This record gives sequence, structure tokens and C-alpha cells, in this order.
Amino acid sequence: MPRFAPGDAVRIRDNHTPGHVRIPFFVRHQQAIIERYCGAFRNPEDLAYGDRHGPTIDLYRVHIAQAALWPDYTGAAHDTLEIEVYDHWLDPAA
Amino acid sequence: MKSRFSADAVDPNTPVIEGHHGADYYALMTEALHKLLLEKRLLSQADTDRVIAALEAPNTTWGARLVAEAWADPAYRERLIEDGSAAALELGFRIKEAKLVVVANTPALHNLITCTLCSCYPRSLLGQPPWWYISKNYRARSVREPRRVLAEFGLDLPETTELRVHDSNADMRYMVLPMAPEGAGQWPLEQRIAAVTRHMLIGTAA
Repeated sequence: MPRFAPGDAVRIRDNHTPGHVRIPFFVRHQQAIIERYCGAFRNPEDLAYGDRHGPTIDLYRVHIAQAALWPDYTGAAHDTLEIEVYDHWLDPAA
Repeated sequence: MKSRFSADAVDPNTPVIEGHHGADYYALMTEALHKLLLEKRLLSQADTDRVIAALEAPNTTWGARLVAEAWADPAYRERLIEDGSAAALELGFRIKEAKLVVVANTPALHNLITCTLCSCYPRSLLGQPPWWYISKNYRARSVREPRRVLAEFGLDLPETTELRVHDSNADMRYMVLPMAPEGAGQWPLEQRIAAVTRHMLIGTAA
């Protein structure tokens, strides 16, 4: 059972994980909305080092306002970004 | 103390160098390993040629075929948006590397695909990405100032249209479903396929 459902407000964590990670710096600490549940996948942080037997992790697509990502964003106010985030990089938004 | 693994660790004034900076060593090692495998008869040149041919077979017209179907058949369009991989398989295209997510343009919404971390692209459907898609310039600016990037490609998006950028950073691969030209639903299949460009499938054209 995935921890989040579409529409839930979340915050992207900064796990300070060394090595191969898939969560770019520019979205860390950002508040986001769950857009869809993508399924459970093996953790790229394990796969990158040859561990193919680690647990699968829920993956979500989240929706972030561009204006929140970039305080000096010059595009339209309703512009958005969507990105995939694994469950262990998400907290419920306070 | 600054962490090596924080955004602060990167000096924003460091010039960006395009290309495979520092990758010459690995290219040389790959070539050396390939020669050794051939010499020891663990691999034949035909094996390598076969893999390269398989990598080079997919191309824009395969993705265009899905779009052409969606333009003529509203039920297929719905299935394509609901589950891209399953809808592609209906027409005989197996998406091998990840799940395909198809995002539809509307008068109110324009979609743009990027991969900020590397060069993720639905290669088993569309083939290899264009050179600029892999450039650090596009990868950084497609999320930072996407409207300026679109303008440079010749697409001036109205302010009233929402621009949604999709970062292919993990296990999904993305393709844009462009809006159908007026009357396209009645066109013959070949004409519909020919109307779809690679720029449309990435979102750098409308």
C-alpha cells in the first residue's frame, strides 16, 4: 500500500546520500504535490553498486510550481515541473 | 561545515564544459576490452553489429505511429495516456528500458521533456536522442528557463498556456502527444505519421 495518494502534499527530503542518487539538488527541500503513483522499483542507490536484491521502493511523480523552485522565475505563474521521487526521499508536508 | 553532498559543494562560477569531459579513458578501455574479447573468440564482430543494429532501429516514426493512431481514434488516445507501454505494445512496439508515460498537449497545457541528470529518453521507441538533448546547456536550462529555451527553438508559448516540464530522472520515460492539426483524424495513416516531428515528441515544437 503506497504511503501517499495523488493530491497529497509532500516535502522532498535532502538525504545527503553519497554516490549515485536520482534526486537532483534543485528539487530538494521543495514542497510538492503527488501527481501519480508509478509502482515499486529497485533503488538506484543499490543498483548502481551491483546490489540487485535490495527491496523495491514506491516511486511517485510529484508536481512543483516553477515559481517556488526559482524565486526569480520569469515564465508564467502557472508553469510547473514534474519529477519522479522515491518514497524514502519524501516526508508528508507539515 | 559544508557537505561534499550538498548543492553548496558546486561552485556556480565553474565554467560548464560540454561533451564527455574526462571520458576518453573509458572509451579507450572499452575499445581494448572489445579487441580482447574478439581475439579470445568470446565475442564475434557479428554479435557487436547485431547489438548496434538493434540500438539504431528505433526512430521517430515509431513514436509518430502512436501519435497517428491517437489522432484518429479517441479510445486509443485514452489508452495511450492511461498506460503508454501497454498502448505501444498494442501496435507492436515493446518499450524495454522503463515505463512509457505519454503526456498530452492541449490549448491550455504544453509539455516539455528533459533529463537533468543524464540523457534518459525512450530509446527503444524513438532511438537515440538528438545531440542537444544530451547537452548540459539544454539539461540545465530546460528546467531553469524553459520558455526561453522554447523561444530559441522557435516556439513562443502564450502566457495563458501552462508549461509543464517533465524531468525523466528515474524509472519512467516520456513522450509528448502533440495536438492534432485540424482535420488530421481523416487523413490517411502515412500522412498523419509524416506530420509528426521529433521536436513535437520532445515538446520543443508544438
